[in-house]
This record gives sequence, structure tokens and C-alpha cells, in this order.
Amino acid sequence: MMRSIFDKFQQLASARQELAESCDTFFNVVMEEILSGTEAVVNGRPTILAGSNNYLGLSFDPDCVDAACKAVRKEGTGTTGSRMANGTFSGHVALEQELADFFNRQGAIVFSTGYVANLAMLATLVGPGEIILLDGDCHASIYDGCRMGSAEVHRFHHNDAQDLEKRLRRLEKRNTNILVVVEGLYSMFGDRAPLADIVSVKNKYGAYLLVDEAHSLGVLGANGRGLAEETDVEDGVDFVVGTFSKSLGAIGGFCVSNHPELNLVRYASRPYVFTASSSPSVIASTRMALKILQKRPELRRRLWDNANMLYNKLQDLGFSMGPEPSPIVAVRLEDKEEAFALWNGLLEQGVYVNLVLPPATPDGNWLLRSSVSAGHTPEQMERICEAFTAVRQSTAAA
Amino acid sequence: MQVNENIIEELIKILQPFVPQGLKIEEETDLVSDLGLDSLKVMKIVESVEDSLDISIPLNILPDVRTVKDFAIQIQKLIGDR
Repeated sequence: MMRSIFDKFQQLASARQELAESCDTFFNVVMEEILSGTEAVVNGRPTILAGSNNYLGLSFDPDCVDAACKAVRKEGTGTTGSRMANGTFSGHVALEQELADFFNRQGAIVFSTGYVANLAMLATLVGPGEIILLDGDCHASIYDGCRMGSAEVHRFHHNDAQDLEKRLRRLEKRNTNILVVVEGLYSMFGDRAPLADIVSVKNKYGAYLLVDEAHSLGVLGANGRGLAEETDVEDGVDFVVGTFSKSLGAIGGFCVSNHPELNLVRYASRPYVFTASSSPSVIASTRMALKILQKRPELRRRLWDNANMLYNKLQDLGFSMGPEPSPIVAVRLEDKEEAFALWNGLLEQGVYVNLVLPPATPDGNWLLRSSVSAGHTPEQMERICEAFTAVRQSTAAA
Repeated sequence: MQVNENIIEELIKILQPFVPQGLKIEEETDLVSDLGLDSLKVMKIVESVEDSLDISIPLNILPDVRTVKDFAIQIQKLIGDR
């Protein structure tokens, strides 16, 4: 008898069933009402959102909301198609110019999501016979972009510039273009790339460098331009990719570069050509958020105060933490039951964080991942810390 | 395709620490269904092979690798390309 088209999902179904039996709420978290950028009603209870990557807390900023509302009334709810087919709205062009200006780069392309930005750049920029050399802990969107394209893909050990050099040396005799890919802040543990060392190595071997600043835009650097700015190596970075869905509180992605040929990538890129472009409201709120990011550096300071507070608190509680404080505060757990007990306990205490399951985690462990926001008030931060203390005590006693 | 026995031998030596003790590894052993290797272990094995033989293995070849022999054939090609 022929197998069902769904038979391949049986293993997934069993895993899901096992997880549901361990923690029935895991698959049933619904934000019933969104109260603010940092609070929602979950299971009928007001809950602090400490896992939303809303780093600057701008998703409810009144100016961003106003800009989005005005754009909807003026230009409609959507563009209903690709810029290549339906045409470009003036907002798309303005945002691209504003991004280029902000990053001090010659050009920018706006994509419909951050995921699409990575798909587009990696699948298009590097062609047959050329090589992508990526950090092993890069995001799934980077791996998917590699799979979509036709370049040869190699990995180097996470955050290890010496290993990168070893691999560049091995590949040097191929005499072809090599694109090195790293992230500013890695999404699981919130650790920075050793960018100065990476730039030095890629310069030595004449490679290109793409940095995904998805989690570091608005978070790192004196002006919020990310790790390349903080490390003072912006000239050594050929392409910066990022997203509007974190610090900028909306949805979308971009790439900026000083290579004038960047503009050609859009015409060759299927994820750009064959996707509907960003809606007017998204473009409008993102443009406003980018202005606020530049005008209000105190948001970044508040974000880092909150990040340091939670990181230090969890370290004091004896958790196994990521390597350095950052707005992504991750606890590494080896035991599944403990992970569920902590995650569920936090939810019952009115705090929502992310529970990341292997194999999505870099080291095969379970990860209780929080992300803090400049929008978290001192009272909310206290409550988050108290909730962690309470669940730590109750799981230790169990 | 004829595979160099030294490569098979080296590969089995590298695989051994990643599988349960006593499990016999041969040319036709399936990496996933016989040895139970998951994606994390496969990546570590790839790194070990790269360092041991001073080669760089593209991720693109992995979908074509099912058995120890398949892996050895790919390694042999890469050594030949050096």
C-alpha cells in the first residue's frame, strides 16, 4: 500500500505528543490581548513579555503607531505585489535612502522580511564555483539562503577567528570569491562575534564579509549601527543585513553596502522579485522607528541597564548562562523536565520567555531564552527577577 | 567507484568515538539508520575529518552521503581536488 504524504511527519507527531505530555501549555500559549510592547494577557492573566526581541520597545511607540495609521489611510493596507511588477511606492525608496544614510553606505535594498533578506543575499550574491564560509551558529535563514543558492558552503567553528583563518588557508588555492558570514549578536546566547579579528583575517585572504546585525541594530554601537560600529570596523564589512522586526518594532529586512553593484542584486534575486513588497504602514512605522533610534540614545542605555540587571540576577541564582551580558539572556539546561518546569513556572508567575528545544539550540541543550527591552519598566524588571528566583527555588526543592 | 582503503580506515577511526561502544562500522554501514548519528554529531564528524586530513568539506555534499563508503568517496574526491 502506498504511504500517505503525511507519513514523513510521524516522527514529528510523536515528538510533539511527548512534549505536550511533559508540558501541555507549551503548544497553547496565545496572547489573548496585547496590552503594550511588554505585556499581554495569556491564559486570562496579565503576563510580562520577556521573549519578544522588542529591544527598544518601539512596537507601541505613539509616533510609530501614528505614522503607520496615517500610511494605511493614505496608501492602503498593502502593496498587493512585488515592486518589480506592481511598482515601487515612494516610501520604499525613502526608507532605502534613510537606511543608506544611517549606515553611511552608498546603497540599500529593503526586503519583505529579515528572513527574505538573508535568503536573497546568500542565494544571489554568491554563485556556482564560489564559496560561502559561515559561522557554524548562524541563523536558519542564512543556512536556508545557502541551500537556495548554488555556492559551495563551508562552516567554521563558532566565534573562532583562528579556525576561520585555517579554513581560508585551505580554500585559498581554489582562487575563487569567498563570502564570510557572521552575526553581530547571536540569537541564542547573545554573544558577539570577534569582529575585529574576523575582519583582519578576511582582509588577509581577500574575502568578502557579510554581517547580519539582526539582533545588534539599535543595540550596539554609539549610534546603534551594530557590532561593526561598536568594534570600529565598518569599513571592513562589505554587506550589512538586518531586520525591522526587532529594534524597529515592525517587520521587514534590508541590506546596505558601499559596493555600487548592490543595486543589481535586487534584479537577480528571486526572494526580492517574487515576493509582495512591504506594506505602506510597515514602511512608515519603520521609518519613524529609525528616526527614534537615532534621536533617543537613552533607549539603548535603558536596554543595557535591564540586560545587565537580568544577566547578573540569573548568574547569582546559579544558572548556566551565555558567555556575556546582552539583551538576549539565555539559561542553558541539560534536563528537559527542569526546562519545562522553569518555563511553565515562569508563565504561572506571569512572565513569558522562550523555551528553545534541541536541535534548534547550538549545543544540543535546552535553552530558556529571555530578551529584555528598553520598554520594560523597573517594576517589570523586578517582577521578572522575582519570578526567576521563585521558580529556581521551587525546581531546586522538587 | 573504488575507494582507497586508507580513507575508509581513517574514517572508521574518526567515527568510532561518536557511536555506542561495540558497534561495528563497515563500508556499507548507514550513518543515520545504523549508527544513529544526528545532525550535530554529523557536523562534529565533518570537522574531525577536515582537521585530520587538512581538507575543507562543503555542506553541499552531505545530502549525497548515506553510508561510510559514500562519505569516503566524497573525501577521496576532495583530496584529489587539492
